[in-house]
Amino acid sequence: MIKNPYFRERIAFTLLFIATAIVVLPVICILFFIVKEGWHAISWEFLSQMPRKGMREGGIFPAIVGTLYLVFGTLVFALPLGILSAIYLSEYAKDNFLTRMVKLAIINLAGVPSVVYGLFGLGIFVVFLKFGSSLLAGSMTLAIMVLPIIITTTREALDSVPQSFRQVSYSLGVSKWDTIRHVVLPHALPGILTGMILAVSRAAGETAPILFTVAAFYLPRLPKSIFDQAMALPYHLYVISTQVPNIKLEVRYGTALVLLMIVLSLNLIAIIVRAHFRKKRKW
Amino acid sequence: MVKTVKVQALDLNVRYGTHEVLKALSLEVYGNEILSIIGPSNSGKTTFLRCLNRFNDMYASFHFKGTLTVNGVNIYSDIDVEKLRKKVGMVFALPTVLPMTVLENVAYGLRRHGIKDKNKIAEAVERSLQAAYLWDEVKDRLGEHGMKLSGGQQQRLCLARTLAVDPEIILYDEPCSALDPISTAKIEEAMVRFKEKYTQILVTNNTKQAARVADRTAFFLMGQLVEVDDTRKLFTSPSDRRTDDYISGRFG
Repeated sequence: MIKNPYFRERIAFTLLFIATAIVVLPVICILFFIVKEGWHAISWEFLSQMPRKGMREGGIFPAIVGTLYLVFGTLVFALPLGILSAIYLSEYAKDNFLTRMVKLAIINLAGVPSVVYGLFGLGIFVVFLKFGSSLLAGSMTLAIMVLPIIITTTREALDSVPQSFRQVSYSLGVSKWDTIRHVVLPHALPGILTGMILAVSRAAGETAPILFTVAAFYLPRLPKSIFDQAMALPYHLYVISTQVPNIKLEVRYGTALVLLMIVLSLNLIAIIVRAHFRKKRKW
Repeated sequence: MVKTVKVQALDLNVRYGTHEVLKALSLEVYGNEILSIIGPSNSGKTTFLRCLNRFNDMYASFHFKGTLTVNGVNIYSDIDVEKLRKKVGMVFALPTVLPMTVLENVAYGLRRHGIKDKNKIAEAVERSLQAAYLWDEVKDRLGEHGMKLSGGQQQRLCLARTLAVDPEIILYDEPCSALDPISTAKIEEAMVRFKEKYTQILVTNNTKQAARVADRTAFFLMGQLVEVDDTRKLFTSPSDRRTDDYISGRFG
């Protein structure tokens, strides 16, 4: 037994540091590996050209565009729906059995495997609503998948707004909705943006939900409407890694690198916006 | 001076669930006076205060019985909560500055009530800050974040924010409990001057403050009104022993 409190402090500190380092290490390794292997594949041609010769040559332009469309479409459906329902649940819903069940359902929704969302999207959007395999069906499926993320983070952001702000507003004769709009939401905005960041990463990276609902194996043109199929980076990566023989390794890693870069830069934009709002409300 | 009854409480019974907070309480507040309410904690002072702007409504277990009128209007049946709260302002115990600039804090209520005219707002902001004895200190800092002001300044900012929507009655819930003596003095000075225009009700744990500013003082104990009288009389020769015990510090 070590009696010296100084040494015990050192041991605790070292253990905590090692744990943190172990967590960070794989992330750094993955990044390093992908950049190292994929770097050479990246060229203007790779980013801006259609795939050629059974995807063995040319670029991945349609997959990049498809992924961007899908992320955008997902947010179009998921953001308003998620934020509005989070406002309802946090600010208006009475704390009764039904509300608790709804909240529990939303939390559980976050734990559903993504392939189940894919099947659900196939059943509802592609077949039942006859959207076919399309950007619309894919976006909606991804939107349902990210809804719990957006709702949960938005609710946390709303709940973290001090009650006293609301009370001050009410005491001046301001209605509940105006209080939410002008005091609660501005203050919760950075937290809501965090939810959006997580949703973007998830929507851009998932393969299973788009597998049956939108993703095309190979499409030598860009989608023209929301009822068109589209290529998408995660599915394209799966295809060129397992379904098409004799593809150069660096093309696969290059595709992975592009996917990573898109997610990171979308996140970066959201983080900058968030920092801007945080600065505005500093206190 | 002719006394007009501004607020009349008749036989108020308030409970949270099964916990009775106010019992058969009747009390009148006259126009343009400062009525202070003193009493030990859990005596129902704040609950009474929060009945006047219906701030207890948000608790599901809140039950209200009795008649409470402001200007002769029954505030629990005949008026919108929002309208009532415009007339009956409130200053809280802890200075609560909204996360925006000094100017926007004062203008907040006006903007929400639909006033858009810039000159009108600027004028109301200046008038309110003047009245709260804060204008000279912040007139060059209107664009700064309200949280950057000192604690005492923040509370006066809250006061100015309440004044800006032009209330008739101002409720104070221990407004100086977090303030230093100098800031307290400034608030009290403002309160005394406000008597020209407003009816004020002050809940305080500081009996000396009640003695300093209030025209009349009410003593609450365990949800009941023990007595209400001119402040000087209540503090020098109270008619009830329990009041005497409380103000001389023998219990509470």
